[in-house]
Amino acid sequence: MAALARLALFDHELATMTSELSNIVGFVSLLEELDTTNVDPLAHPLDAENVFRDDVPSPSLSTAEALQSAPRHDGQYFLVPAVLGESGAA
Amino acid sequence: MNASTSETQVPFTTIIGLEVHVQLQTLTKLFCGCSTAFGAPPNTQVCPVCLGLPGSLPVMNQRAFRLALKAALALDCNIASFTKWDRKNYFYPDLPKGYQISQFDLPFSMDGTLEVIDPKGTIGPCRVGIVRVHLEEDAGKSMHDETAGSGDTRIDLNRAGTPLCEIVTQPDLRSPQEARLWLNELKLLLVYLGVSDCNMQEGSLRVDANVNLHIPQPDGRIAKTPIVEIKNMNSFRSVERALVYETTRQWGVWQETHAEMGKTPKQTRGWDDPAGVTRAQRHKEESSDYRYFPEPDLVPVTVSSAQQAAVRSEMGEPPVRVRKGLETRWKISAYDADVLVNQGRQLVDYFEELATLIGDGKIASNWLQQDVLRTLNERGGTIEDFPVRPAALAELIARVNAGDFDTSRAREIFSEMLASGRSAADAVLSMGIAVVGDDELVALCRDILAANPKIVADVKGGKEQAAAGLIGHAKKKNPNINPGKVRTICIDLIRAMQ
Amino acid sequence: MQPADLSAIDLVAAVRQGDLSAVQCTEAFLNRIQYCNGAINAFLNVDRAGALACAESIDVRRRSGQPLGPLAGLPVAVKDALCTADLPTTAASKILENFRPPYDAFVVSRLRQADAVIVGKTNMDEFAMGGSNENSAFGPVHNPWDFSRAPGGSSGGSAACVAADMTPVAIGSDTGGSIRQPAGLCGITGLKPTYGRVSRRGLIAFASSLDQIGPMARSAADCALVLETIAGHDPGDSTSLTDAVPRYTSLLEQPLAGVRVGRVPEHFAAGLDPEVAKGVEEAFAVLKAAGATVHDIAMPHAKYGVATYYLVAPCEASSNLARYDGAHYGHRASAKPSSAFESPLIEMYCRSRAEGFGPEVKRRIMLGTYALSSGYYDAYYAKALKVRRLIRQDYLDAFEHVDLIGGPVSATPAFKLGEKTGDPLAMYLVDLYTVSTNLAGVGGISFPCGFTKSGLPIGFQLQAPALGEPLLLRASDRFQRLTDWHLRRPPNLTALCTPKG
Repeated sequence: MAALARLALFDHELATMTSELSNIVGFVSLLEELDTTNVDPLAHPLDAENVFRDDVPSPSLSTAEALQSAPRHDGQYFLVPAVLGESGAA
Repeated sequence: MNASTSETQVPFTTIIGLEVHVQLQTLTKLFCGCSTAFGAPPNTQVCPVCLGLPGSLPVMNQRAFRLALKAALALDCNIASFTKWDRKNYFYPDLPKGYQISQFDLPFSMDGTLEVIDPKGTIGPCRVGIVRVHLEEDAGKSMHDETAGSGDTRIDLNRAGTPLCEIVTQPDLRSPQEARLWLNELKLLLVYLGVSDCNMQEGSLRVDANVNLHIPQPDGRIAKTPIVEIKNMNSFRSVERALVYETTRQWGVWQETHAEMGKTPKQTRGWDDPAGVTRAQRHKEESSDYRYFPEPDLVPVTVSSAQQAAVRSEMGEPPVRVRKGLETRWKISAYDADVLVNQGRQLVDYFEELATLIGDGKIASNWLQQDVLRTLNERGGTIEDFPVRPAALAELIARVNAGDFDTSRAREIFSEMLASGRSAADAVLSMGIAVVGDDELVALCRDILAANPKIVADVKGGKEQAAAGLIGHAKKKNPNINPGKVRTICIDLIRAMQ
Repeated sequence: MQPADLSAIDLVAAVRQGDLSAVQCTEAFLNRIQYCNGAINAFLNVDRAGALACAESIDVRRRSGQPLGPLAGLPVAVKDALCTADLPTTAASKILENFRPPYDAFVVSRLRQADAVIVGKTNMDEFAMGGSNENSAFGPVHNPWDFSRAPGGSSGGSAACVAADMTPVAIGSDTGGSIRQPAGLCGITGLKPTYGRVSRRGLIAFASSLDQIGPMARSAADCALVLETIAGHDPGDSTSLTDAVPRYTSLLEQPLAGVRVGRVPEHFAAGLDPEVAKGVEEAFAVLKAAGATVHDIAMPHAKYGVATYYLVAPCEASSNLARYDGAHYGHRASAKPSSAFESPLIEMYCRSRAEGFGPEVKRRIMLGTYALSSGYYDAYYAKALKVRRLIRQDYLDAFEHVDLIGGPVSATPAFKLGEKTGDPLAMYLVDLYTVSTNLAGVGGISFPCGFTKSGLPIGFQLQAPALGEPLLLRASDRFQRLTDWHLRRPPNLTALCTPKG
């Protein structure tokens, strides 16, 4: 699970985290009490639909602004450590 | 079930499905106002939204949705009356938010078809089902720097957020050639609709292929090889070549191992075009649990049948109907219609204008294919910029029909029209071509006959083809003569002689 | 007159009339900040020079007769979850410690356009995850009423700032109670608007379907003043409401006769501090005396609120925080080649996030990742969304019978720092009375209704149907005309803030 979340956990953290998470998961399992067979999920509290914008250009950031917080860059590109193998997903 | 592929009739069926991503031809990205123009310097078309900066929020591009709707309608899909977007969560440096906004369980369209017919008739009609068409955002570009020892990867996020239509087919294709033809038809359709320019070199169309073999067993069962996904094909030709290679490879593996689908996980292989082979790619860890959930920063979209009708009405004709229309209206062959349609809507418009003016589709088609297209291919340029417009060409053709000059002369005049921009009449004048009047022609023929008694004797003796020898003399006397007319007149004159 | 003694409404009037200059106001509050912040730690960043320059330009414009915005000269503190282009924006996390966004949040732009003077960024629980402001990477905030106690969270810095008169108003954000609960524990007024009423553009997202930005001040009237400026449609936020924004300040002067206030008996179960219960019941009495009627109502799914919230929020958060990976901005761990990771890239992700995030953030990311993962999605996230609909239905049903719902905002007054940090679950339960508001998307306000024997504030909460801000503000304002709890100041603040010799 930590790998999926890209979080490195040290051994001592792992034990605490595991027990804390178990407690929390146990707590949220309270919801199993409720019969929700005929209930639709509510993902948005709003009932809004169809919000769009026009296909009109707006100003982009300059490259300098885009890279201003980059931990590593070469003035044009963001730089990250090597990725082994091909692209991550579809 | 067809036997398939190579020259040796091998007893298996190739099963191919395609997954195509097309970039929609909008001015701006799917969720922000950054430009989608191709070829800009790195990281110059980015903003907080497509950079995934903290606090940034997406807002849907209306035109992108409309174009996607057009594509789905043209592919005969069912349009969902209610659709929503979902987050596809994974980590990769070209995906700055750490998720891609895509569509998971309620895509805006499903269940379509696109048929392709090969006008050459080498492959039978191929009806390919479309599983779904959905709308999602593109990721940026990552470039691995092999040269520098540090092994950095460079990230350009210009492309991040570009609107993409993902088109997934049923595994209905049965050969690599079918796949290429189908892709051509898809590209033609989307270009005709103005949905995408489908330019693989610029990355506005990308294809992945899924392929396996169905092998009938002695006991009547069908054995199926594991499905392989092929990536990294950069042209339709590459797709065909990769599928040919892969089919052969899988057959070889089958004969050695008899490994069937289900026992091994789906493999991904990359096509190496220079080497002409597919190579296994590193197996992706955690086989992608994307943890899809509804995108809370976007609201759902509803599409009414009235809205569908409105989009349909502005769609224009798809290539398949244009072809049929040309064949029916102008009595040209399926092959000719296909050639014209493949050149695009503008050339078809040129053709129809020309054919209308001269009242003959076949002649118009011949001129277009032989002369206009040849010139365009040699010099480059588009039909819109082509200097000889339909009316001018029609004028030229009319004079050919009237017998003023033969086709080869007409071609010379055509070249002059191209070079100088003159009308047919002006070109004729400037070239000093004067049409030889009939009386003059008859007089000239009498002169030639008088000067060539041997030929006259041959013709009288029954060898009409000898009359051809008179043409050269006639031309020397007057280069503007119409050879066909000269021949006819001479033979008539000879017959009239005693 | 001392600027710190004035309400925000009176202060902007004084500036507009020329009785006070913007520079005078700003300086007065900057001095208080300098004085108090060391002990309270409400601010992560104070922009003295920028604030004074802004105030100066307002004074110049005022003197030359140019029109001024409705908040001209008003010093405002902004929670460090909102992007400011000229100041670092950290969300109280090491992962954004030096991050400077290239743009202002929509709310920040609105404040600037209104000529408010932004004096600095306030401390908070890291990424808004917490109920005590003890989860900040830059030290906890101390409650001005008792420095050994927490101010509540996650907008603990903004709450403490207003409670200690470091600014007259502050901006907070509320995902499960993060404006209302600290307002309650600090004796001030805090409003969480209806979902979508205020644009979230530029708010560092925690849980996108729950987050809202809102005002925190000494009174409902002052909250109304700020809300008028920051509320409204933003085409850059797809979840932003298009409904027109009322002039809240002009809707306050209306009696409460005929207003029906609901009271939920389940709120008064064991676990509610008796002094708090008493304060809350007294608040109901005040409302009755003002002409409202009080009715017991049922909210049958109230007890599932915390469990639902602690599934929905972490799931959305686990995705919202995926962007903090050291790749394009924020903290990146220094490379240390290790065979423990599959590639240098994965190592960068894992170690940057491990170093940059605090324990509560990590917990919630893990929980959210788990609850969304294949095989568990239906049992956890999908289930929670269904219960969410039931909770919203409770509100819709209740509002058929009442116009407002009243009750406690917190089960206890301010608790001691360190008291709950050992048990994450205990900390989650501080949100008991506030999470359902966010799940249902309706609005809520909290304000002081009394004090414990030991002098700690007791908070009272009102909730209204969607777009019910006018009624929330009007009812709270009426309450504040009939009582003076909201005028009390932390005693001994001067002494407590004086630097020790």
